[in-house]
Amino acid sequence: MVLGINIVNGYTGIFSLAHAGFMAVGAYAAALCTRYVFTAPYLFPLALLAGGLAAMCVGLLVAVPSFKSKGDYLAIITLGFTLMVQSIFQNAEIVGASRGMTNIAKNTNLYWVFACLVIAVIIVNRFIASKYGRCLKAIREDQVATQLVSVNVRKAKTVAFALSAFLIGVSGALLCHLLGYTSPSSYGYTNVVDGLVMVYIGGTGSITGSITGAAIWQIIVQVLKELGTWRWVVGGVLLCLVMIFLPQGIFGYKEIGDVWKRLKARKGNKGRKEA
Amino acid sequence: MSMGDRENKKDPILKVTDLNVSYGKIAALKGVSFEVYNGEIVSILGANGAGKTTTLNALTGVLRVKSGSVEFKGKDILGMPTHKITEMGMVHVPEGRHIFPALTVGENLRVAAYLYESKDKKRFEERKEYVFRLFPRLKERINQQGGTLSGGEQQMLAIGRALITGGDLLLLDEPSMGIAPKLVLEIFDTIQEIARNGQTIMLVEQNAMMAMDVASYCYVLETGKVAYEGTVEEMKENDNIVQAYLG
Repeated sequence: MVLGINIVNGYTGIFSLAHAGFMAVGAYAAALCTRYVFTAPYLFPLALLAGGLAAMCVGLLVAVPSFKSKGDYLAIITLGFTLMVQSIFQNAEIVGASRGMTNIAKNTNLYWVFACLVIAVIIVNRFIASKYGRCLKAIREDQVATQLVSVNVRKAKTVAFALSAFLIGVSGALLCHLLGYTSPSSYGYTNVVDGLVMVYIGGTGSITGSITGAAIWQIIVQVLKELGTWRWVVGGVLLCLVMIFLPQGIFGYKEIGDVWKRLKARKGNKGRKEA
Repeated sequence: MSMGDRENKKDPILKVTDLNVSYGKIAALKGVSFEVYNGEIVSILGANGAGKTTTLNALTGVLRVKSGSVEFKGKDILGMPTHKITEMGMVHVPEGRHIFPALTVGENLRVAAYLYESKDKKRFEERKEYVFRLFPRLKERINQQGGTLSGGEQQMLAIGRALITGGDLLLLDEPSMGIAPKLVLEIFDTIQEIARNGQTIMLVEQNAMMAMDVASYCYVLETGKVAYEGTVEEMKENDNIVQAYLG
Protein backbone atom coordinates (compact mmCIF):
# COMPACT_ATOMS: atom_id res chain seq x y z
CA MET A 1 0.00 0.00 0.00
CA VAL A 2 2.73 2.40 0.93
CA LEU A 3 4.36 1.70 -2.42
CA GLY A 4 1.17 2.80 -4.09
CA ILE A 5 1.01 6.01 -2.10
CA ASN A 6 4.60 6.74 -2.92
CA ILE A 7 3.95 6.64 -6.67
CA VAL A 8 1.65 9.62 -6.43
CA ASN A 9 2.93 11.48 -3.38
CA GLY A 10 6.60 10.67 -3.61
CA TYR A 11 7.44 10.33 -7.27
CA THR A 12 4.89 12.63 -8.82
CA GLY A 13 4.83 15.10 -5.96
CA ILE A 14 1.06 15.32 -5.79
CA PHE A 15 -0.18 15.60 -2.23
CA SER A 16 -3.07 13.17 -2.33
CA LEU A 17 -5.09 11.89 0.61
CA ALA A 18 -7.22 9.50 -1.39
CA HIS A 19 -5.43 6.29 -0.42
CA ALA A 20 -7.74 5.25 2.41
CA GLY A 21 -10.62 5.52 -0.03
CA PHE A 22 -8.85 3.38 -2.61
CA MET A 23 -8.04 0.83 0.04
CA ALA A 24 -11.66 0.67 1.14
CA VAL A 25 -12.88 0.23 -2.42
CA GLY A 26 -10.35 -2.52 -3.01
CA ALA A 27 -11.19 -4.29 0.22
CA TYR A 28 -14.95 -4.21 -0.23
CA ALA A 29 -14.85 -5.10 -3.91
CA ALA A 30 -12.68 -8.11 -3.22
CA ALA A 31 -14.74 -9.15 -0.20
CA LEU A 32 -17.92 -9.05 -2.25
CA CYS A 33 -16.22 -11.05 -4.97
CA THR A 34 -15.08 -13.84 -2.66
CA ARG A 35 -18.54 -13.99 -1.16
CA TYR A 36 -20.64 -13.99 -4.30
CA VAL A 37 -18.54 -14.55 -7.42
CA PHE A 38 -15.20 -16.24 -6.87
CA THR A 39 -16.27 -18.33 -3.90
CA ALA A 40 -13.70 -21.06 -4.40
CA PRO A 41 -10.46 -20.36 -2.54
CA TYR A 42 -8.31 -21.01 -5.62
CA LEU A 43 -10.09 -18.17 -7.38
CA PHE A 44 -8.86 -15.76 -4.73
CA PRO A 45 -6.24 -14.14 -6.99
CA LEU A 46 -9.10 -13.11 -9.28
CA ALA A 47 -10.82 -11.44 -6.36
CA LEU A 48 -7.60 -9.62 -5.53
CA LEU A 49 -7.40 -8.47 -9.12
CA ALA A 50 -11.00 -7.34 -8.99
CA GLY A 51 -10.29 -5.33 -5.85
CA GLY A 52 -7.32 -3.72 -7.55
CA LEU A 53 -9.26 -2.96 -10.73
CA ALA A 54 -12.19 -1.49 -8.83
CA ALA A 55 -9.83 0.82 -6.96
CA MET A 56 -8.13 1.68 -10.23
CA CYS A 57 -11.41 2.74 -11.86
CA VAL A 58 -12.08 5.01 -8.91
CA GLY A 59 -8.49 6.21 -9.14
CA LEU A 60 -9.08 7.34 -12.72
CA LEU A 61 -11.95 9.49 -11.48
CA VAL A 62 -9.84 11.03 -8.75
CA ALA A 63 -7.08 11.79 -11.25
CA VAL A 64 -9.33 14.29 -13.02
CA PRO A 65 -9.25 17.05 -10.38
CA SER A 66 -5.48 16.68 -10.19
CA PHE A 67 -5.24 18.28 -13.64
CA LYS A 68 -6.53 21.60 -12.46
CA SER A 69 -5.74 21.94 -8.81
CA LYS A 70 -2.62 21.21 -6.86
CA GLY A 71 -1.11 21.44 -3.40
CA ASP A 72 -3.45 22.07 -0.49
CA TYR A 73 -6.52 22.22 -2.69
CA LEU A 74 -5.98 18.81 -4.17
CA ALA A 75 -5.27 17.46 -0.69
CA ILE A 76 -8.68 18.65 0.43
CA ILE A 77 -10.42 17.25 -2.63
CA THR A 78 -8.83 13.85 -2.15
CA LEU A 79 -9.55 13.88 1.58
CA GLY A 80 -13.15 14.61 0.69
CA PHE A 81 -13.08 11.60 -1.57
CA THR A 82 -11.85 9.35 1.23
CA LEU A 83 -14.55 10.52 3.62
CA MET A 84 -17.18 10.12 0.91
CA VAL A 85 -16.17 6.52 0.32
CA GLN A 86 -16.18 5.88 4.05
CA SER A 87 -19.68 7.20 4.54
CA ILE A 88 -20.99 5.33 1.49
CA PHE A 89 -19.79 2.06 3.00
CA GLN A 90 -21.11 3.14 6.38
CA ASN A 91 -24.61 3.45 4.99
CA ALA A 92 -24.79 0.69 2.42
CA GLU A 93 -26.73 -2.20 3.93
CA ILE A 94 -25.40 -4.70 1.41
CA VAL A 95 -21.93 -4.44 2.93
CA GLY A 96 -23.15 -4.42 6.50
CA ALA A 97 -23.23 -0.64 6.89
CA SER A 98 -21.25 0.56 9.89
CA ARG A 99 -20.91 -2.97 11.27
CA GLY A 100 -18.77 -3.84 8.29
CA MET A 101 -18.38 -7.24 6.71
CA THR A 102 -17.44 -10.18 8.86
CA ASN A 103 -16.76 -13.81 8.06
CA ILE A 104 -14.79 -12.97 4.99
CA ALA A 105 -13.01 -16.08 3.80
CA LYS A 106 -9.49 -16.03 5.23
CA ASN A 107 -7.96 -16.84 1.89
CA THR A 108 -4.55 -15.54 2.54
CA ASN A 109 -1.71 -15.65 5.00
CA LEU A 110 1.41 -13.67 5.62
CA TYR A 111 3.41 -15.67 3.05
CA TRP A 112 1.03 -14.71 0.29
CA VAL A 113 1.07 -11.12 1.43
CA PHE A 114 4.83 -11.21 1.25
CA ALA A 115 4.73 -12.70 -2.23
CA CYS A 116 2.37 -9.94 -3.34
CA LEU A 117 4.72 -7.37 -1.87
CA VAL A 118 7.59 -8.78 -3.90
CA ILE A 119 5.48 -8.59 -7.05
CA ALA A 120 4.48 -5.03 -6.22
CA VAL A 121 8.11 -4.04 -5.70
CA ILE A 122 8.99 -5.48 -9.08
CA ILE A 123 6.12 -3.67 -10.80
CA VAL A 124 6.89 -0.33 -9.19
CA ASN A 125 10.59 -0.70 -9.82
CA ARG A 126 10.04 -1.31 -13.53
CA PHE A 127 7.48 1.47 -13.75
CA ILE A 128 9.76 4.03 -12.15
CA ALA A 129 12.64 3.05 -14.41
CA SER A 130 10.42 3.36 -17.49
CA LYS A 131 9.94 6.55 -19.40
CA TYR A 132 6.69 7.14 -17.52
CA GLY A 133 8.48 6.97 -14.21
CA ARG A 134 11.00 9.49 -15.42
CA CYS A 135 8.19 11.79 -16.54
CA LEU A 136 6.52 11.56 -13.15
CA LYS A 137 9.71 12.65 -11.45
CA ALA A 138 10.00 15.48 -13.96
CA ILE A 139 6.43 16.56 -13.18
CA ARG A 140 7.33 16.64 -9.50
CA GLU A 141 10.26 18.88 -10.26
CA ASP A 142 8.63 21.24 -12.70
CA GLN A 143 5.30 20.66 -14.34
CA VAL A 144 5.53 23.43 -16.93
CA ALA A 145 8.97 22.36 -18.07
CA THR A 146 7.72 18.81 -18.40
CA GLN A 147 5.01 19.95 -20.79
CA LEU A 148 7.59 21.91 -22.72
CA VAL A 149 9.48 18.73 -23.55
CA SER A 150 6.21 17.46 -25.03
CA VAL A 151 5.17 15.15 -22.23
CA ASN A 152 1.42 14.72 -21.93
CA VAL A 153 1.17 15.62 -18.26
CA ARG A 154 -2.48 14.64 -17.94
CA LYS A 155 -1.86 11.20 -19.30
CA ALA A 156 1.14 10.66 -17.06
CA LYS A 157 -0.78 11.73 -13.96
CA THR A 158 -3.70 9.50 -14.88
CA VAL A 159 -1.40 6.52 -15.28
CA ALA A 160 0.21 7.32 -11.92
CA PHE A 161 -3.13 7.54 -10.15
CA ALA A 162 -4.39 4.36 -11.78
CA LEU A 163 -1.35 2.26 -10.87
CA SER A 164 -1.24 3.74 -7.39
CA ALA A 165 -4.93 3.04 -6.79
CA PHE A 166 -4.56 -0.47 -8.16
CA LEU A 167 -1.76 -1.33 -5.74
CA ILE A 168 -3.56 0.24 -2.81
CA GLY A 169 -6.76 -1.59 -3.78
CA VAL A 170 -4.97 -4.93 -3.86
CA SER A 171 -3.47 -4.17 -0.46
CA GLY A 172 -6.93 -3.45 0.91
CA ALA A 173 -8.19 -6.72 -0.54
CA LEU A 174 -5.30 -8.63 0.99
CA LEU A 175 -5.77 -7.06 4.38
CA CYS A 176 -9.46 -7.87 4.69
CA HIS A 177 -8.89 -11.47 3.64
CA LEU A 178 -6.07 -11.74 6.11
CA LEU A 179 -8.12 -10.42 9.03
CA GLY A 180 -11.40 -11.94 7.93
CA TYR A 181 -13.39 -8.76 8.39
CA THR A 182 -13.55 -5.18 7.23
CA SER A 183 -15.42 -2.18 8.51
CA PRO A 184 -15.76 1.42 7.37
CA SER A 185 -14.09 2.79 10.47
CA SER A 186 -10.75 1.36 9.30
CA TYR A 187 -10.72 3.72 6.36
CA GLY A 188 -10.97 7.16 7.92
CA TYR A 189 -8.53 9.82 9.02
CA THR A 190 -6.28 7.46 10.97
CA ASN A 191 -5.71 5.35 7.92
CA VAL A 192 -4.96 8.43 5.81
CA VAL A 193 -2.46 9.64 8.36
CA ASP A 194 -0.90 6.22 8.90
CA GLY A 195 -0.25 5.91 5.20
CA LEU A 196 1.36 9.31 4.92
CA VAL A 197 3.47 8.77 8.02
CA MET A 198 4.85 5.56 6.57
CA VAL A 199 5.76 7.27 3.31
CA TYR A 200 7.36 10.28 4.93
CA ILE A 201 9.29 8.38 7.61
CA GLY A 202 10.60 5.91 5.08
CA GLY A 203 11.36 8.53 2.49
CA THR A 204 9.47 9.95 -0.44
CA GLY A 205 10.29 8.78 -3.92
CA SER A 206 11.93 5.54 -2.81
CA ILE A 207 10.83 1.92 -2.85
CA THR A 208 13.22 0.93 -0.07
CA GLY A 209 11.91 3.89 1.89
CA SER A 210 8.29 2.78 1.50
CA ILE A 211 8.98 -0.64 2.91
CA THR A 212 11.24 0.62 5.68
CA GLY A 213 8.71 3.26 6.63
CA ALA A 214 5.87 0.76 6.83
CA ALA A 215 7.94 -1.64 8.90
CA ILE A 216 9.23 1.02 11.28
CA TRP A 217 5.82 2.57 11.82
CA GLN A 218 4.20 -0.81 12.51
CA ILE A 219 6.94 -1.66 14.98
CA ILE A 220 6.59 1.69 16.70
CA VAL A 221 2.82 1.30 16.93
CA GLN A 222 3.16 -2.21 18.38
CA VAL A 223 5.90 -1.31 20.83
CA LEU A 224 3.98 1.68 22.07
CA LYS A 225 0.77 -0.29 22.48
CA GLU A 226 1.31 -0.38 26.21
CA LEU A 227 0.90 3.35 26.33
CA GLY A 228 -2.70 3.21 25.13
CA THR A 229 -3.85 6.42 23.54
CA TRP A 230 -0.56 8.05 24.45
CA ARG A 231 1.17 6.11 21.70
CA TRP A 232 -0.25 8.49 19.11
CA VAL A 233 1.38 11.34 20.97
CA VAL A 234 4.73 9.60 21.12
CA GLY A 235 4.36 8.55 17.52
CA GLY A 236 3.58 12.11 16.54
CA VAL A 237 6.66 13.40 18.31
CA LEU A 238 8.79 10.83 16.51
CA LEU A 239 7.30 11.96 13.21
CA CYS A 240 8.12 15.58 14.04
CA LEU A 241 11.70 14.62 14.86
CA VAL A 242 12.11 12.75 11.59
CA MET A 243 10.72 15.70 9.65
CA ILE A 244 13.05 18.15 11.37
CA PHE A 245 16.24 16.13 11.09
CA LEU A 246 15.55 14.05 7.98
CA PRO A 247 13.09 16.12 5.97
CA GLN A 248 13.21 13.70 3.06
CA GLY A 249 12.75 10.66 5.25
CA ILE A 250 15.22 7.88 5.82
CA PHE A 251 15.62 6.96 2.15
CA GLY A 252 14.41 10.15 0.45
CA TYR A 253 14.80 9.72 -3.34
CA LYS A 254 17.37 7.02 -2.75
CA GLU A 255 17.31 3.25 -2.88
CA ILE A 256 19.22 0.82 -0.74
CA GLY A 257 21.43 0.15 -3.76
CA ASP A 258 22.50 3.81 -3.91
CA VAL A 259 23.46 3.83 -0.25
CA TRP A 260 25.48 0.68 -0.77
CA LYS A 261 27.29 2.23 -3.73
CA ARG A 262 28.11 5.34 -1.76
CA LEU A 263 29.48 3.37 1.19
CA LYS A 264 31.66 1.45 -1.23
CA ALA A 265 32.86 4.65 -2.85
CA ARG A 266 33.70 6.08 0.53
CA LYS A 267 35.66 2.99 1.44
CA GLY A 268 37.47 3.21 -1.87
CA ASN A 269 38.42 6.81 -1.23
CA LYS A 270 39.70 5.99 2.22
CA GLY A 271 41.80 3.20 0.82
CA ARG A 272 43.30 5.54 -1.73
CA LYS A 273 44.12 8.14 0.87
CA GLU A 274 45.84 5.61 3.06
CA ALA A 275 47.87 4.37 0.15
CA MET B 1 19.86 39.43 -44.26
CA SER B 2 18.19 42.64 -45.36
CA MET B 3 14.60 43.64 -45.22
CA GLY B 4 14.33 42.94 -48.93
CA ASP B 5 15.27 39.32 -48.47
CA ARG B 6 12.61 39.00 -45.91
CA GLU B 7 9.87 40.37 -48.08
CA ASN B 8 10.70 37.95 -50.85
CA LYS B 9 10.35 34.99 -48.55
CA LYS B 10 7.07 33.21 -48.54
CA ASP B 11 5.21 31.32 -45.86
CA PRO B 12 6.69 32.16 -42.49
CA ILE B 13 7.16 29.20 -40.15
CA LEU B 14 5.45 31.27 -37.47
CA LYS B 15 2.93 34.00 -38.09
CA VAL B 16 1.41 35.80 -35.14
CA THR B 17 -1.40 38.27 -35.75
CA ASP B 18 -2.95 40.71 -33.32
CA LEU B 19 -2.17 38.70 -30.20
CA ASN B 20 -3.92 39.85 -27.01
CA VAL B 21 -3.18 38.42 -23.57
CA SER B 22 -4.35 39.70 -20.19
CA TYR B 23 -3.57 38.89 -16.60
CA GLY B 24 -6.96 39.46 -15.06
CA LYS B 25 -7.91 42.97 -16.03
CA ILE B 26 -4.41 44.06 -16.93
CA ALA B 27 -3.66 43.78 -20.63
CA ALA B 28 -0.15 42.39 -21.08
CA LEU B 29 -0.13 42.10 -24.86
CA LYS B 30 -2.13 44.55 -26.94
CA GLY B 31 -2.25 43.35 -30.50
CA VAL B 32 1.24 41.98 -31.08
CA SER B 33 2.01 40.77 -34.61
CA PHE B 34 5.22 39.32 -35.98
CA GLU B 35 6.64 36.67 -38.26
CA VAL B 36 9.51 34.23 -38.17
CA TYR B 37 10.94 32.65 -41.33
CA ASN B 38 12.88 29.45 -41.71
CA GLY B 39 16.55 29.71 -40.88
CA GLU B 40 16.35 33.08 -39.13
CA ILE B 41 17.33 34.19 -35.67
CA VAL B 42 14.56 36.62 -34.78
CA SER B 43 15.00 38.58 -31.61
CA ILE B 44 12.33 40.17 -29.44
CA LEU B 45 13.77 43.00 -27.39
CA GLY B 46 12.32 45.30 -24.80
CA ALA B 47 12.50 46.42 -21.21
CA ASN B 48 11.20 44.63 -18.14
CA GLY B 49 7.45 44.16 -18.32
CA ALA B 50 7.21 44.88 -22.03
CA GLY B 51 5.57 41.51 -22.64
CA LYS B 52 8.44 39.47 -24.05
CA THR B 53 8.05 36.43 -21.83
CA THR B 54 4.27 36.70 -22.01
CA THR B 55 4.54 36.45 -25.79
CA LEU B 56 6.50 33.21 -25.66
CA ASN B 57 4.28 31.71 -22.99
CA ALA B 58 1.24 32.54 -25.08
CA LEU B 59 2.76 30.89 -28.15
CA THR B 60 3.33 27.54 -26.45
CA GLY B 61 0.01 27.53 -24.67
CA VAL B 62 1.41 27.99 -21.17
CA LEU B 63 -0.75 31.12 -20.95
CA ARG B 64 -4.25 31.50 -22.26
CA VAL B 65 -4.67 33.89 -25.15
CA LYS B 66 -7.57 36.32 -25.21
CA SER B 67 -7.69 36.93 -28.95
CA GLY B 68 -5.54 36.90 -32.06
CA SER B 69 -4.13 34.11 -34.14
CA VAL B 70 -0.98 32.03 -34.05
CA GLU B 71 -0.11 30.06 -37.15
CA PHE B 72 2.75 27.60 -36.91
CA LYS B 73 3.76 25.79 -40.11
CA GLY B 74 0.51 26.99 -41.64
CA LYS B 75 -1.64 25.52 -38.88
CA ASP B 76 -3.61 27.44 -36.29
CA ILE B 77 -2.23 26.31 -32.94
CA LEU B 78 -4.17 28.57 -30.63
CA GLY B 79 -5.81 26.62 -27.82
CA MET B 80 -3.78 23.49 -28.44
CA PRO B 81 -2.30 21.89 -25.30
CA THR B 82 1.36 22.67 -24.68
CA HIS B 83 2.68 19.18 -25.26
CA LYS B 84 0.98 19.03 -28.68
CA ILE B 85 2.53 22.32 -29.74
CA THR B 86 5.93 21.05 -28.66
CA GLU B 87 5.28 17.85 -30.57
CA MET B 88 4.63 19.93 -33.69
CA GLY B 89 8.12 21.34 -33.39
CA MET B 90 7.97 24.53 -31.37
CA VAL B 91 10.31 23.97 -28.45
CA HIS B 92 10.44 26.51 -25.67
CA VAL B 93 13.34 27.08 -23.25
CA PRO B 94 11.53 29.02 -20.54
CA GLU B 95 12.81 32.00 -18.60
CA GLY B 96 14.66 30.93 -15.49
CA ARG B 97 15.69 27.67 -17.18
CA HIS B 98 13.30 25.33 -15.35
CA ILE B 99 15.55 22.31 -15.32
CA PHE B 100 14.66 19.33 -13.11
CA PRO B 101 16.92 19.98 -10.10
CA ALA B 102 16.75 16.59 -8.40
CA LEU B 103 17.30 14.63 -11.61
CA THR B 104 20.79 14.12 -12.99
CA VAL B 105 21.95 15.87 -16.14
CA GLY B 106 21.54 12.61 -18.02
CA GLU B 107 17.99 12.11 -16.74
CA ASN B 108 17.09 15.69 -17.59
CA LEU B 109 18.10 15.03 -21.17
CA ARG B 110 16.40 11.68 -21.29
CA VAL B 111 13.02 13.01 -20.17
CA ALA B 112 13.17 15.26 -23.21
CA ALA B 113 13.29 12.23 -25.49
CA TYR B 114 9.89 11.13 -24.18
CA LEU B 115 8.24 11.30 -27.60
CA TYR B 116 10.49 9.00 -29.54
CA GLU B 117 12.64 7.24 -26.96
CA SER B 118 10.99 3.84 -27.16
CA LYS B 119 10.73 3.90 -30.95
CA ASP B 120 14.06 5.35 -31.88
CA LYS B 121 16.95 4.82 -29.49
CA LYS B 122 19.51 5.80 -32.11
CA ARG B 123 17.97 9.22 -32.57
CA PHE B 124 18.34 9.95 -28.87
CA GLU B 125 21.99 8.87 -28.90
CA GLU B 126 22.72 11.03 -31.94
CA ARG B 127 21.09 14.09 -30.50
CA LYS B 128 22.78 13.55 -27.18
CA GLU B 129 26.14 13.44 -28.94
CA TYR B 130 25.22 16.68 -30.73
CA VAL B 131 24.32 18.36 -27.43
CA PHE B 132 27.56 17.16 -25.83
CA ARG B 133 29.54 18.53 -28.79
CA LEU B 134 27.88 21.91 -28.28
CA PHE B 135 28.17 21.85 -24.49
CA PRO B 136 31.06 19.62 -23.44
CA ARG B 137 30.51 20.68 -19.82
CA LEU B 138 27.25 18.75 -19.74
CA LYS B 139 29.05 15.57 -20.64
CA GLU B 140 31.49 16.08 -17.77
CA ARG B 141 28.59 16.50 -15.37
CA ILE B 142 26.26 13.83 -16.72
CA ASN B 143 25.75 12.12 -13.35
CA GLN B 144 25.50 15.31 -11.35
CA GLN B 145 22.12 16.54 -10.13
CA GLY B 146 20.76 19.39 -12.21
CA GLY B 147 20.33 21.62 -9.17
CA THR B 148 24.03 21.50 -8.37
CA LEU B 149 25.03 23.08 -11.67
CA SER B 150 25.92 26.76 -11.93
CA GLY B 151 23.41 29.12 -13.53
CA GLY B 152 25.22 29.07 -16.85
CA GLU B 153 25.49 25.31 -16.87
CA GLN B 154 21.79 25.03 -16.07
CA GLN B 155 21.06 27.24 -19.04
CA MET B 156 23.18 24.95 -21.20
CA LEU B 157 21.23 22.01 -19.85
CA ALA B 158 17.91 23.71 -20.59
CA ILE B 159 18.96 24.44 -24.18
CA GLY B 160 20.38 20.95 -24.56
CA ARG B 161 17.16 19.47 -23.27
CA ALA B 162 15.18 21.43 -25.86
CA LEU B 163 17.51 20.25 -28.62
CA ILE B 164 16.93 16.64 -27.56
CA THR B 165 13.18 17.15 -27.81
CA GLY B 166 14.00 18.59 -31.21
CA GLY B 167 11.92 20.95 -33.26
CA ASP B 168 11.89 23.32 -36.17
CA LEU B 169 11.61 26.45 -34.06
CA LEU B 170 13.54 27.00 -30.84
CA LEU B 171 12.22 29.67 -28.48
CA LEU B 172 14.85 30.99 -26.07
CA ASP B 173 13.70 33.17 -23.20
CA GLU B 174 16.44 35.36 -21.66
CA PRO B 175 19.29 32.89 -21.93
CA SER B 176 21.65 35.49 -20.46
CA MET B 177 19.66 36.11 -17.29
CA GLY B 178 21.61 35.74 -14.06
CA ILE B 179 24.64 34.17 -15.68
CA ALA B 180 28.32 35.00 -15.38
CA PRO B 181 29.37 37.23 -18.33
CA LYS B 182 31.97 34.78 -19.53
CA LEU B 183 29.42 32.00 -19.74
CA VAL B 184 26.97 34.31 -21.50
CA LEU B 185 29.49 34.77 -24.31
CA GLU B 186 29.98 31.04 -24.50
CA ILE B 187 26.24 30.41 -24.64
CA PHE B 188 25.67 33.02 -27.33
CA ASP B 189 28.47 31.53 -29.42
CA THR B 190 26.73 28.20 -29.16
CA ILE B 191 23.37 29.72 -30.08
CA GLN B 192 24.98 31.00 -33.26
CA GLU B 193 26.44 27.60 -33.94
CA ILE B 194 23.04 25.98 -33.47
CA ALA B 195 21.61 28.49 -35.94
CA ARG B 196 24.37 27.76 -38.46
CA ASN B 197 23.30 24.12 -38.29
CA GLY B 198 19.97 25.21 -39.71
CA GLN B 199 17.91 25.72 -36.55
CA THR B 200 15.39 28.57 -36.66
CA ILE B 201 15.52 30.51 -33.40
CA MET B 202 13.39 33.09 -31.70
CA LEU B 203 15.40 34.84 -29.03
CA VAL B 204 13.87 36.96 -26.31
CA GLU B 205 16.41 39.18 -24.58
CA GLN B 206 16.71 42.15 -22.33
CA ASN B 207 20.39 42.31 -23.15
CA ALA B 208 19.81 44.00 -26.51
CA MET B 209 23.45 44.32 -27.50
CA MET B 210 24.07 40.62 -27.07
CA ALA B 211 20.92 39.75 -28.94
CA MET B 212 21.67 42.07 -31.87
CA ASP B 213 25.06 40.42 -32.27
CA VAL B 214 23.44 37.14 -33.17
CA ALA B 215 20.02 38.07 -34.57
CA SER B 216 19.13 38.97 -38.14
CA TYR B 217 15.78 40.61 -37.52
CA CYS B 218 14.42 42.33 -34.43
CA TYR B 219 11.14 43.36 -32.92
CA VAL B 220 11.10 45.85 -30.06
CA LEU B 221 8.24 45.47 -27.63
CA GLU B 222 7.05 48.30 -25.46
CA THR B 223 4.19 47.95 -22.96
CA GLY B 224 2.56 45.13 -24.85
CA LYS B 225 2.92 46.49 -28.38
CA VAL B 226 5.47 46.18 -31.15
CA ALA B 227 7.10 49.60 -31.09
CA TYR B 228 9.62 48.95 -33.82
CA GLU B 229 10.75 46.22 -36.18
CA GLY B 230 13.63 45.95 -38.56
CA THR B 231 16.89 44.30 -39.43
CA VAL B 232 19.77 44.61 -37.03
CA GLU B 233 21.57 46.99 -39.41
CA GLU B 234 18.56 49.26 -39.55
CA MET B 235 18.25 49.24 -35.81
CA LYS B 236 21.86 50.12 -35.25
CA GLU B 237 21.65 53.01 -37.72
CA ASN B 238 18.64 54.49 -36.05
CA ASP B 239 19.94 56.53 -33.13
CA ASN B 240 16.48 57.19 -31.75
CA ILE B 241 15.82 53.54 -31.31
CA VAL B 242 19.17 52.81 -29.80
CA GLN B 243 18.64 55.60 -27.30
CA ALA B 244 15.02 54.97 -26.51
CA TYR B 245 14.99 51.22 -26.13
CA LEU B 246 18.43 49.82 -26.03
CA GLY B 247 20.55 52.52 -24.39
